[in-house]
Amino acid sequence: MRFTDGSLATIEEKIVAGERLSFADGVRLFREANPLQLSAWANLVRRRLHPEDRVTYVVGRNINYTNVCWVQCKFCSFYRLPGADGGYVLPREEIFRKIQELLDLGGIEILIQGGLNPALRIDYFEETFRAIKARFPVHIHGLSPAEIIYLAKISNLSDRDCLVRLKAAGLDSIPGAGAEMLVDEVRDQIAPLKDSAAAWLNLMRTAHQLGIPSTVTMMYGSVETVEQRVEHLVKVRDLQDEAGGFRAFIPWSFQPQGTHLPSVKQASGFDYLRTVAISRLMLDNIRNIQASWLTQGPKIGQIALQYGVNDMGSTVIEENVVTAQGSVFMLPLHEIERLIKDAGFHPARRNTRYEILPG
Amino acid sequence: MRTMLDQLRRAGLDGVHAKLLAGQRLDFDDGMRLYRTPDLTAVGSLANLVRERRSGARTYFVRNLHVNYTNICNKFCKFCSFYAAPNSTDGKGYVLTPEEAAARVAQYAGEPIREIHMVAGINPKLPYRYYLDLLRAVKATRPDAQIKAFTMIELAQIARVAKRPLPEILPELKAAGLAACPGGGAEVFSDRVHEELFRAKLDNQGWFDVARAVHAAGIPTNATLLYGHIETQDEKVRHLLHIRELQDETGGFMCFVPLAFDPSNTELTHLPVTTGYANLREIAIARLLLDNFPHVKAFWIMITPAVAQMALWYGADDIDGTVSHYEITHALGTTSHRQVLSHEQLLDLITEIGREPVERDALYNVIEEPLGVRRKG
Repeated sequence: MRFTDGSLATIEEKIVAGERLSFADGVRLFREANPLQLSAWANLVRRRLHPEDRVTYVVGRNINYTNVCWVQCKFCSFYRLPGADGGYVLPREEIFRKIQELLDLGGIEILIQGGLNPALRIDYFEETFRAIKARFPVHIHGLSPAEIIYLAKISNLSDRDCLVRLKAAGLDSIPGAGAEMLVDEVRDQIAPLKDSAAAWLNLMRTAHQLGIPSTVTMMYGSVETVEQRVEHLVKVRDLQDEAGGFRAFIPWSFQPQGTHLPSVKQASGFDYLRTVAISRLMLDNIRNIQASWLTQGPKIGQIALQYGVNDMGSTVIEENVVTAQGSVFMLPLHEIERLIKDAGFHPARRNTRYEILPG
Repeated sequence: MRTMLDQLRRAGLDGVHAKLLAGQRLDFDDGMRLYRTPDLTAVGSLANLVRERRSGARTYFVRNLHVNYTNICNKFCKFCSFYAAPNSTDGKGYVLTPEEAAARVAQYAGEPIREIHMVAGINPKLPYRYYLDLLRAVKATRPDAQIKAFTMIELAQIARVAKRPLPEILPELKAAGLAACPGGGAEVFSDRVHEELFRAKLDNQGWFDVARAVHAAGIPTNATLLYGHIETQDEKVRHLLHIRELQDETGGFMCFVPLAFDPSNTELTHLPVTTGYANLREIAIARLLLDNFPHVKAFWIMITPAVAQMALWYGADDIDGTVSHYEITHALGTTSHRQVLSHEQLLDLITEIGREPVERDALYNVIEEPLGVRRKG
């Protein structure tokens, strides 16, 4: 890395003027910008989008309905192959119990995610979502694109028809998981059996067209180059121009422990902060950038508020995928609020639509 | 950088910036202003200005080893989780004999350790002779390493058991191997905090008197601030200004080390762990107010390696060392609780964030070593 203070003046001018940054600008920021520059610029853009000095969060929980999956992503230590010991599908009563627990804590959102389990077809999800909606006033944020694409395939449906039926059954929005790196050369190395970048983007395009909004993630720090990170950001930005359904961008670092990529080093706190800041600078058409304190810990998660982050995500009562890989940062609600206030912002509870809740 | 100038103005720090550019000293009000603004980036960028003026991109580190020779202590500080009371019968108290301390050091015989950091409790049973023997035994085991040992509190105790004035015994300690002293035990120079948290410990004036004597004897030391407990912002500013004054007088301080309070297992467990913001802010403000200190340290054990790495752009030009065998507090907010960073990991932390690693000894002499030797693998 060479930090060449001063030579980024043309990029700074664009940022100040609110002009869109190019692919080349993004790469230069990764290679040349120092942390304080990135922080100052990301602060500027963040303040433009969120002038009220507010940091939001949502009270939600993850429900990992199954861990059975045949895709064998090398970065995952959560899955069990179909037929293998330790595989599970949560009974419906267990799902209800988890939702009730969340509602009792004042929560409003469930993130339903699992694996690509050949035993679960469209009727399973329709019945489950309908049963949930009939019983609980809860927002269903669920099923990553990979799960929906696979579900459509084994149910003999088009992606569009599958999404229409899921929406009718109660699916409110889609998590941006499984985006990993939207660059096939990277996907071929870390998740060769997973859908292509184009398939992921197509599914999201269709969902947005049908009025199902989503978030979008980026898993950096495995085998990709800086150029590939920027390529991911540009692809996300292009789709957002076209379909407009991304509510938030969530970068998180690959967690090498327990995976099949043990030679990859854990990305540093600095790598996280610069990636967050450059995402804030590149993604001029996505309103919210969410912190991943689950992977970064509360200290770097809080410092990220000076690097473009305006949302602390879900308080996460339960998470099994990342925790299976060794990151165990759990933050109680009052601790999230303390971190936000300590950083000089006002904490505000939001819903999945990023609307501030009263109180 | 235009954006940064705007940000400084927004944070109300343009006056501080102007002073820094003019080479003027910051005052109490400036210190309060720096504490009050939530704009960490603005404070950090000012601190970085001073840091780069002094050290450029250089980031000092040391290959070091910690020896805590006893945990028995009669001071009962409320913020401490390390001590065992002198007469307690729970079997947790220990004293390393000089031979045992030397044996511990000998375990690292193959490693190019430059600094041996020795601090411990105030154990009233240890005689003056023990301290001299300890220094001699350790020095004899590793003559190539420098001993940085004894906080001002321990030195006051050593003079007490020696029943002689400190200026008289310092040359003897020096001759036995003492090269420098750490800065611990300063805590916060506030009578209120002293009364509430560490009443039995050497008082603030006493700390200054000892430090003055140590510097007069030609032994350089560090200075610290223990933050994140019950202290107020103005107490911290006063603390820093006191230390700056003493440095004007003696010039004996090498490095300032903000120490993040770790509440676990103390009498203050109800307090939360220090935040990442607080960790960076304390380093930055220390760098800005202590204009006469050569170095400011990011002690990664207390603030996590990730925050320490960021701190290299928020005023810190020293990241301590590989720290084998540290026992007094544990890093919080990390998954691994590992107490050791390998040499390679430390170099990676520094270079990844665009800083230049410089190996030093306990006295900040640069260790010259060809890069090829340093970076193997």
